[in-house]
Order: sequence, then C-alpha cells, then structure tokens
Amino acid sequence: MTMLPKPRGELSAAFFEALRSWDDGPVTAVDVAPESAEDAAITLWASHELSYRGFDDVDDGAEWEPALLAVRRELERELESRLRQRWPGAPQGRDVVEHFFDWVAEQDGPSLARHVQTTATTEQVLDLLRMRSVYHLKEADPTAWVVPRLPMAAQAALMELQFDEYGNGDPARLHTGLFARGIAACGLRPEQGAYVDEAPLEVLEQNNTLSMFGLHRRLRGAALGHLAAFEATSSLPSRRMAQGLERLGMAPEMIAYYTEHVEADAVHEQLAVRTICGSLLAEEPEQAPEIWFGAFTCLDLEDRLAHRLLEVWEVAA
Amino acid sequence: MSALRDTQPEELPPGTAGEQPAVVLCPGGPMLLRGHHVIEDEDGTRHETVRPVSAVCRCGKSASKPWCDGTHKLLPRKLRP
Ligand code: FES
Ligand SMILES: [Fe+2]
Ligand SMILES: [Fe+2]
Repeated sequence: MTMLPKPRGELSAAFFEALRSWDDGPVTAVDVAPESAEDAAITLWASHELSYRGFDDVDDGAEWEPALLAVRRELERELESRLRQRWPGAPQGRDVVEHFFDWVAEQDGPSLARHVQTTATTEQVLDLLRMRSVYHLKEADPTAWVVPRLPMAAQAALMELQFDEYGNGDPARLHTGLFARGIAACGLRPEQGAYVDEAPLEVLEQNNTLSMFGLHRRLRGAALGHLAAFEATSSLPSRRMAQGLERLGMAPEMIAYYTEHVEADAVHEQLAVRTICGSLLAEEPEQAPEIWFGAFTCLDLEDRLAHRLLEVWEVAA
Repeated sequence: MSALRDTQPEELPPGTAGEQPAVVLCPGGPMLLRGHHVIEDEDGTRHETVRPVSAVCRCGKSASKPWCDGTHKLLPRKLRP
C-alpha cells in the first residue's frame, strides 16, 4: 500500500485533503501559501507522484484535475526560478560533447561515496540508502518521459541507454529492481516512497527537479544535461560505495547494485554525453545552455544533500 | 514537369541514415562496442557482453577489466588513450 506522505505544513495538509476527497467533480482552488520550503517540496513531490504510480488513498483521476495541477504548476515555477538563480550560466567557450567530462572534473563538491568508502558507520549507510531509495526506485522513469520530445536520432540514442536501465528486457535486471532487492536484503522497505516522510528538503528537491525536467517538453535539454551529469559522476562513486558496503559487511545484493553501476555507468556516461546530448545538439543547437543548466543543477543538488548529511553526521566536508 | 517524388533522400530526418558504428573510440576513454560480443583478454579468459553497448578499457588501469570503470578519468591527460 502506498499512501500519501505526512503533510509538513498548511499547504500540504490542504492539498492532501483535496487529493483524498477528490471524486470526479470539480475541486475548489487550494489557495494556501506554503508554510515552509519543506511544505512546498512535499506537496510538489506528491503531486508529481500522481503521474508515476499514484497513491492507494487517492483516485487516479485526480492527476489531471485543473485546480490541483494549478498548485503543481505554481510550485514548479518557484522551484525552477530558484534553480536558475543558483546557476552561474553556461561555461564560456565550452562545447558540450568535447568538454563535458573536463567540466565535471572541475566541479568539486563533498563526496558521500568517499565517506561511505572510508569512514561511515552502518547506521549512516542505512540512512543514506533510505534517502537514496526515493530516487533509486524510480531511476530512469523521469527520463523516459523525455523520449517523445526528442528528434529521431536522439530518441534512438536515449533508448539505447534506457534499455540497459530497464534490464534489457529481463525483469530480473531492471536497475530499480536491483536496488529494491538490495535494500530489502539490508532489512529496509523496498516499496516506492517508503521513506519519503524521513526525506529532508534536499532529497525532495532532487526528486522534484528530475520529475519537473522529465514532465516539461520545454525542459528536455535540462533533462538530458542532468542525465549526462548524473551518469558522469556515477561509476567511480559507485565503486567507492561498493567498497564501503563491503568494509561494513553489508548485504551482497546491495553491493551488487553498486558494482553493476560501476560498469553500466562507464558506458552510460559516454552515451549520455556523446550520442544523446550530441544528437540533440546536432538538431537543436540552441539547447546547449539548457544542457549545461541541467548538468549544473544535478551536481548542485547533490552537493547540497552531501553538505546536509555530512553536517548531520558531524563529518567535516 | 511533374515530380515523381515528394521528397529527396537527403530530406530524411537528420542522423537517421547510414550504418551505426559497431565500435566507437572515445577520446581519452574506452572503446564502445555495440551488440553482442565475446572478448578474450590477455590471459585467454573470455568475457561476454551483457548490455546493448559495452565499454572496453583502453587505458589499462580499470579494476574491472576488460570493462572500463571510469578510472581513465583519474589519469593525467597524457596517459589517457
Ligand atoms: S578506459 Fe576507462 S578505465 Fe580504462
Ligand atoms: Fe542505473
Ligand atoms: Fe546509468
């Protein structure tokens, strides 16, 4: 059973109530201001969730209710403008395909994977896995929404990568499934959104951003830039995660998820930059700044989460 | 004069004509291999590809040889393939 999360303020309380009571009739506007950033973020998260797998306590029809979509739109507008304000702009004189990996190497934020590799306690790793589960149980889903918005060559390129994320036709090899098996073996709950009530603002914003990038055709460039940055910062950190989990004697299924990503993402990063972003740019060169915006945002959101967690764990960043 | 065709072959969607390369050498990084292959390494051990595209290490420093594991990114530029 997947139920609506706990409200975190007046807006989410009113919005969740409107979702729960929705029953095919027009709804009056939810005209409540968010009480806090977390209140806004959990509201947007639940709103997006209606477009993935929904909730058992909400009718599926509520997804497209205009009064409820108005809330989503307003929160997305606010999120996007905040993300754009954090962005320093496209790096000057840099070509996406040629310079992307150099650019990624120059961005240095604190690394959660490094902490897991060398010093994290089992408690801290379980904490991290709970938070990662909000995203890893979806993984490629938001990017799947981008496919019909792309030119043909970019569609083929993206599907070549997505096919691997979705298990190459084998349900036992879906990456989301590998993660679910991994956390279940660690004694954690493998259902979608099981730990969203514990997720701090930074985790909610990572997820909300991905969903927003995936759902808006206008943001297709940002979605692919985000994908490229994500893949380009995955194989080496996944190796560190696997080593940290081994150090702590954690479940082999969980380690397997990370070792799969060492090799898979060494391929995916090349595809994401060269063939996927490359073929979008071949036809829509004006998307280059958007690709950089998405890439920056991916790394920036992860930096914010890493700072937050290392602070909570009292580790110097 | 009436045209026999509405389009010319060059009007096909860009990037959709021509054969897709089965092998792609990534500057400073691995060799991408499309499709199913069996690779025999230096010791004669055989490794089968398991994904639509695989990355074969060219820098020699991967800990998952014959596959690339991203280690090439840690090498000084002149030691990268
Ligand atoms: S080419 Fe990537 S690790 Fe060797
Ligand atoms: Fe994956
Ligand atoms: Fe990947």
